[in-house]
Amino acid sequence: MIAFNKYYNQFNILSIFLITASLLLLIFKGLNYGIDFKGGTLIELRSSDSKISVSSLRDKFNQMDLGDVSVKKFGNDTDFLIKFENKDNKKNIIEEIKENLDSSFGSNYDFRRVENVGPKVSAELLKAGVIAISLSLAVMLIYIWIRFEWQFSLGAILALFHDVIVTLGIFSLFSLEINLSIIAAVLTIVGYSMNDTVVIFDRVRENLRKYSDIKIFELTNISINETLSRTIITSATTLLALLAIFFFGGEILKGFSLAMILGVVFGTYSSIYIANTVLVRLRVSQKTVLREDDNKTV
Amino acid sequence: MLYFSKLRILFVTLFSLLFILIASSNLFKFDDSFFNKKINLGLDLQGGSYLLLEIDNEPVIEQKLQNLTTTIRNYFKEKNIKVNNIKIDNQNIFFNVADLDKQAVLDVFQDENSDLNPYYPRFKSHQLDIEDNGINLKVSFSRQGIINLKTSSQDQAIEIVRRRVDEVGTNEPNILKRGNDRILVELPGLDDPQRIKSLLGKTANLTFRFVTNDESDRFGVEKLKFEDGLEEVIVSKRIIISGENLLDAQPKMDTQNNQTIVSFTLDRVGAKRFGKATSTGIGKQLAIVLDGKIISAPVVRDTIASGSGQISGGFTFQTATDLALLLRSGALPAPLEIIEERTVGPDLGQDSINAGMIALAIGFLLVIIFMFAKYKIFGLITNVTLIINLFLLLGILTLFEATLTLPGIAGIILTVGMAVDANVLIFERIKEELKGESNNILAFDGGYTKSRTAIIDANITTLLAAIILFFMGSGPVKGFAVTLGVGIFTTLFSVYFIARLFTSLYVIRNKNKEKLI
Repeated sequence: MIAFNKYYNQFNILSIFLITASLLLLIFKGLNYGIDFKGGTLIELRSSDSKISVSSLRDKFNQMDLGDVSVKKFGNDTDFLIKFENKDNKKNIIEEIKENLDSSFGSNYDFRRVENVGPKVSAELLKAGVIAISLSLAVMLIYIWIRFEWQFSLGAILALFHDVIVTLGIFSLFSLEINLSIIAAVLTIVGYSMNDTVVIFDRVRENLRKYSDIKIFELTNISINETLSRTIITSATTLLALLAIFFFGGEILKGFSLAMILGVVFGTYSSIYIANTVLVRLRVSQKTVLREDDNKTV
Repeated sequence: MLYFSKLRILFVTLFSLLFILIASSNLFKFDDSFFNKKINLGLDLQGGSYLLLEIDNEPVIEQKLQNLTTTIRNYFKEKNIKVNNIKIDNQNIFFNVADLDKQAVLDVFQDENSDLNPYYPRFKSHQLDIEDNGINLKVSFSRQGIINLKTSSQDQAIEIVRRRVDEVGTNEPNILKRGNDRILVELPGLDDPQRIKSLLGKTANLTFRFVTNDESDRFGVEKLKFEDGLEEVIVSKRIIISGENLLDAQPKMDTQNNQTIVSFTLDRVGAKRFGKATSTGIGKQLAIVLDGKIISAPVVRDTIASGSGQISGGFTFQTATDLALLLRSGALPAPLEIIEERTVGPDLGQDSINAGMIALAIGFLLVIIFMFAKYKIFGLITNVTLIINLFLLLGILTLFEATLTLPGIAGIILTVGMAVDANVLIFERIKEELKGESNNILAFDGGYTKSRTAIIDANITTLLAAIILFFMGSGPVKGFAVTLGVGIFTTLFSVYFIARLFTSLYVIRNKNKEKLI
């Protein structure tokens, strides 16, 4: 049996540090929103001419007065991702860019993907994203509140917040792009983290009913250990699937799978070191679950 | 938990086979229409263009209010009420009447049977609201009035958009309403939406009006620019004929001077009016105005009674073709703006499919190897179940002809990773049971029963996340929610019916074996 409970304090301090750092990053550095949420235009370009490089493309686009332009390689040497604000929201901007590029590069390039999101739509998408995440947290709260006693709900929700905030904090730290698929990833993390916590909590509750003489400090440790192989195996298979997406699923899914990988790692960690420690700190005992059972039979 | 009746075994087998058959119809062609269904590929996988258009209703509201001022004036004139100082300001009509008449005017507007102000009994609202602010009377569209106006202009616009898109001839376009002032256009397989975008960007409001120098023209005048933006002339507001009078329009080559022109045919009313105007207006310039710009303003040389004519204006063949197309399909009730565009080239789509399939294959393989290494015979059971689960998932997506997107493929891969969870929960539980229970069958039974709440809880949380994502997400992300959500059901089915069937067959046969798992 591994003594997880030996490190409850240390890891709680670490978690508080991680959450604080993430919140500070989110407040002061903010998130790097993609065009889905910021508005603007994205072009994925594939070239068949070595003259086309990040710098030559940047020069070309900067000449066109499009506002902020970012050009970077996308996956390999011939693919580029160009993003700009399109500040005047010009209508035929793509046509203009094509003419401009034709004049220097001929037809040795190809637009593989073009996305243009107007300011109104991006504001709506951002709002929908925030609502979706808040709603999912609220729904989880309600679900766990129905299924468990409030001490458990608090633990699960704190773990959930931890996972979402720290994942977003890491995205902020490394200026990784937040787009629609990241919202999907965050929601899936919410589901996964909950799933992981619930499995351990289920066992904690079962053990609480079974043993009246074991303190919650020990009891959580027993429960974590009893479910440990399941926790490891499920995390491992999920991570294997996600790593396959990350390495072989193409550039478009990179951000999504990275967010999910972070979420699974933190979700597993938080089920053990946040959700359970809340139970310990709230001094949950056999009475907590038995009282609930009485209520239910009435 | 381990007992399966023969009937149940038969049912599970048939059910699984059915879905394997349905799923395989994506690869083979079946004659039967029930089996010949396919998963639709999203625009991000097959390539194509997604355009979200917003209708700018401001001009429509302005125009309606403009017409309404005339209607109000005439309506009360008949009732011997004099309407003074009528003006439009910020989408409101203001006017004065004598104090004596005020109540009568208010009554007309507030009467449920009013012929001036339609009443919508379903919404308990008039089209127009009226308010007496002391200084004058203020009339404006009610909330419901605006909604009705928007809905009707959306109905008209979607019809015109459909006609224009059809005329260009893309395959299977998808044109849908969004809200009450947006239209979604999906064009599979189209990698350069430039032409469609420019066609949809034009209102195509065509009018024929005389050029005049008489500023006191009875209908009013306005200064309009030519298309090239250089010259400006004064044009009467009186409309001789408009786009609505056109029966047909075609691009043609004018053999005399080798110019591309657009020839048009007028309906009966239009022909009559055109004939009359050209006979009285010989020597005058007739401006052909499209969306507020003059295409050309030829001098009328002769009466045109045939009901057909032509427009010249330095067209290339392409611009003439497009103008003819716009005129044939009719004018939009209001200008459209493209507020969101996403276009994916077909080769990128194919690359995404390939990458997705490779990731799926590798992810699947890794999970299978892991499970076999960990659980041996029970790993094998899990793996077979996982394969059937994948077929069930694909089968359901096929049955409902769902749209598969790149995030959707990610959802399938993720399902593969998470699907083993339920089996792992069960097997781990069984291991624990075996520590204190020597009877294999009882231990397995206990393992299944005792792990059930955890499994259900765990799956419900993921399902809730998927449901929220489905309703809040857009486009490709929805595809992820669908595969993730459907994956949960197929996983539960395959764990409790298929894996349990295999497990029970194995356990019953080896009930006396030690260290079974």
